[in-house]
Amino acid sequence: MIEFKLPSLGADMDEGKLLEWKVKPGDKVKRGDLVAVVETPKAAVDVEIWQDGVVQELITKPGETIPVGTVMARLAAAGEAPAAAPAAAPALAPAPAPAPAPSRHPVSPAARKHARELDVDVEKLPGSGPHGAVTVQDVEQAAKGAAKPAPAAAPPSDKALAMRKAIATAMSRSKREIPHYYLSQLVPMQRAQDWLTTYNEKRPVTERVLMGALQLKAVALALKDFPDFNGFWKDNAFEPASGIHVGVAISLRQGGLIAPAIHDVAERSLDELMKALADLVRRARAGSLRSSEMSDPTITVTNLGDQGVDEVFAIIYPPQVAIVGFGRVAPRPWAEDGMIGAVPAVVASLGGDHRASDGHRGARFLAAVAALLQEPEKL
Amino acid sequence: MTAEEIRKVVLAELKRIAPELEDVAPAKPLRDQVDLDSMDWLNFLVALNERLKIEIPEADYRKLGTLEQIVDYLAKKSA
Repeated sequence: MIEFKLPSLGADMDEGKLLEWKVKPGDKVKRGDLVAVVETPKAAVDVEIWQDGVVQELITKPGETIPVGTVMARLAAAGEAPAAAPAAAPALAPAPAPAPAPSRHPVSPAARKHARELDVDVEKLPGSGPHGAVTVQDVEQAAKGAAKPAPAAAPPSDKALAMRKAIATAMSRSKREIPHYYLSQLVPMQRAQDWLTTYNEKRPVTERVLMGALQLKAVALALKDFPDFNGFWKDNAFEPASGIHVGVAISLRQGGLIAPAIHDVAERSLDELMKALADLVRRARAGSLRSSEMSDPTITVTNLGDQGVDEVFAIIYPPQVAIVGFGRVAPRPWAEDGMIGAVPAVVASLGGDHRASDGHRGARFLAAVAALLQEPEKL
Repeated sequence: MTAEEIRKVVLAELKRIAPELEDVAPAKPLRDQVDLDSMDWLNFLVALNERLKIEIPEADYRKLGTLEQIVDYLAKKSA
């Protein structure tokens, strides 16, 4: 028997509210399937299951708020005879319900749920959110148009408040528990910039790569040689991570931020990484992230260069042990062969957990990131 | 397509990316008025490309500082 428990989707999450089950008793599930939508203080998240099995019993009811670790459902493991079959389950396993046809526009899980409550056909709604995403407001508008009484939706201010509380919890914990040290290095970016210009020159706009993707890849490749920055501080010891899953700090238009992971960054080509990054940013802003993206980051990268800052002194997201920041790429004085010239450069910074690593290692790690950015063709 | 029609498309796509956007001063730098990061900018150009079937090379980004410049640029390209 498999117990499906509410996973922790970040240091700022103690509990979650089940919005919706994506499965029903009798359904076969396999590793990686989405089984539920859970609302956390930061987002509604599609929760995946990590074992194969057959759903036996759904314990948590939609609308219930439960602590992390609560058993939400029971499943029979693959090959295991189902326990007393639930009365509702037919003797013959029914064909799985066909997945709903993908909608033309993305729909946030919260909007989808709200649409069901208001009996609105979400697939037919035009979306006003980012990338045409159907939002809760669109659903409410449609419901009003249909002259149906709409239950009061949680005001946006509540959402913003929950987001701020979640950030406050994680960041206070970080500053309370983690002895941060900070290092920074000016990294010349002429080669990377020239290489990227040539790379993008002949490409259609849909296939262009941003400098942020090169920076992510450089960090991930450097981590291969510096695994002591890739993992977690747990029970007074460093626990290295098995993969390099880089959390990307993404600011949300309604305020706040979220830092979901791109998995196995070191193994992806730049094109794949750029696609994954664009997809992640789009889904983060449309409120459609997966649980593994929330729970798996092994380090975080934050880039505030677009906002014009020179340097970022970032706060580690516990239980991670490092965060890498990038400022803006801008012309800066640079001395070479006794001559001073202006070259495009960026300040790369590292916030390190002094319990897990020392400044000496941190400096070498940053130098490795800088060196990788000098050979963009190898990224 | 007329410049006015292009302007409507540009504004609609801009609002899709930045729903909080209200008025845009046509001659003022766009990025001073709208919070657009590199990813937003790329998505904006992808959307314009899809709607107007106009390819915008990266080398031309510097010509696209204001709403006015964007509309002029696209109008010329679509002519």
